[in-house]
Amino acid sequence: MSLVLDLLSFVAITAGAVFFLAGTLGLLRFPDALTRLHALTKADNLGVGLIVLGLLPQVSGWANGLKMIVIWLLVLLASAVASQLIARVAHRESAAE
Amino acid sequence: MMLALDLTLAALVVVLALWTVVARQTFSAVVGFVAYGLVLALVWVRLQAVDVALTEAALGSGLTGALLLAAATRLRKTESPARLERPSRLIHSVAALVAAGVTAALAIAVLTLPNPAPTLAPDTAANIESTGVHNPLTAVLLAFRAMDTLLEAIVVLFALIGVWSLAPDRAWGGRSGPHHPLDPDGILAFLTRLLTPIGIIVAMYIFWIGADDPGGKFQGAALLAAMWLLTLYAGISDAPRTHGWGLRLALVAGPAVFIAIGFAGVITAGAFLGYPEGLAKPLIVVIEWALFPSLAVALALIVAGVPERDGIPGRDGS
Repeated sequence: MSLVLDLLSFVAITAGAVFFLAGTLGLLRFPDALTRLHALTKADNLGVGLIVLGLLPQVSGWANGLKMIVIWLLVLLASAVASQLIARVAHRESAAE
Repeated sequence: MMLALDLTLAALVVVLALWTVVARQTFSAVVGFVAYGLVLALVWVRLQAVDVALTEAALGSGLTGALLLAAATRLRKTESPARLERPSRLIHSVAALVAAGVTAALAIAVLTLPNPAPTLAPDTAANIESTGVHNPLTAVLLAFRAMDTLLEAIVVLFALIGVWSLAPDRAWGGRSGPHHPLDPDGILAFLTRLLTPIGIIVAMYIFWIGADDPGGKFQGAALLAAMWLLTLYAGISDAPRTHGWGLRLALVAGPAVFIAIGFAGVITAGAFLGYPEGLAKPLIVVIEWALFPSLAVALALIVAGVPERDGIPGRDGS
């Protein structure tokens, strides 16, 4: 059982790291603010989610697991709102040009 | 494995510090500074100084970062003319020499520390029972070195007075910062309504847990201040007028209680800020409860900025 859980952790955390890498690459390589945001937020949300998922089998006690899920939800909320706000400014500035 | 992580963190800190100094635009430098603070917080976690990590993340990186961002925004208009004024080569070399000298002195001081370094940790551990708190940091901050904490709380107040004193005459005593219009269906209002209750609970938790585990009033107050600032920026509430008596009472209540308990210590325990036998824990709790809201209000208003509107009528000579 614990081997299966370890395997799940390994796969999920690796996949999460890949998403982070992809998001960072997108942030560095994409041409304008909106596409960079797209790369960053989509990838980071999934990246954090997968890493939390991978860490869940490793935590001791359900309270710690719950805390990590709450952290993931808060990150989702914060990054979604922040990207909306940044996108709005970027949109306004590109419309003004 | 852990060594690789530590080396990466150390390299990142140095690179981000260099970036902050070298970046040509103030805004980029500030972004570098905030990232630097977050990586530094991770370094403190690796050094098992979770209290310091929390403070660095909340105050060093978060709150100071917000202050610097506001300053950078204000400086944006003057930035390109300012860049044309290049300091002379002499000033450049003197600045470089002084900076290198400070770095060298710090490096020598750290590297020549005796091993093991001189420490008061065993004394703290031996005497922590007498304070009734279980987090050694809280014991140091509020019992063994309470004077430092008192001065810190007062410095925050002085910083706020400094910010306020930049107000133009017409806005003296008025509300901090610009007015943010409320967009009831906007995403910022949505975030504020959702996040503020959670943030307040987390702030209270971090404040309360400080007696036994990493946490405390400064970190909790910074979070509470952030939540209040969020409601200001979303336009859900407005900054208070800075000449209000209620506000000023809230600001001085914390340090005043601290000082009063300090003087009471002269009579009851024979020393300024001494606690009588058996009363250390309750007195520490009273001080923490008094300082927590005062610090939160002061920190929030420092970030909210200089009073800009709704000043006391007639102060501008009109």
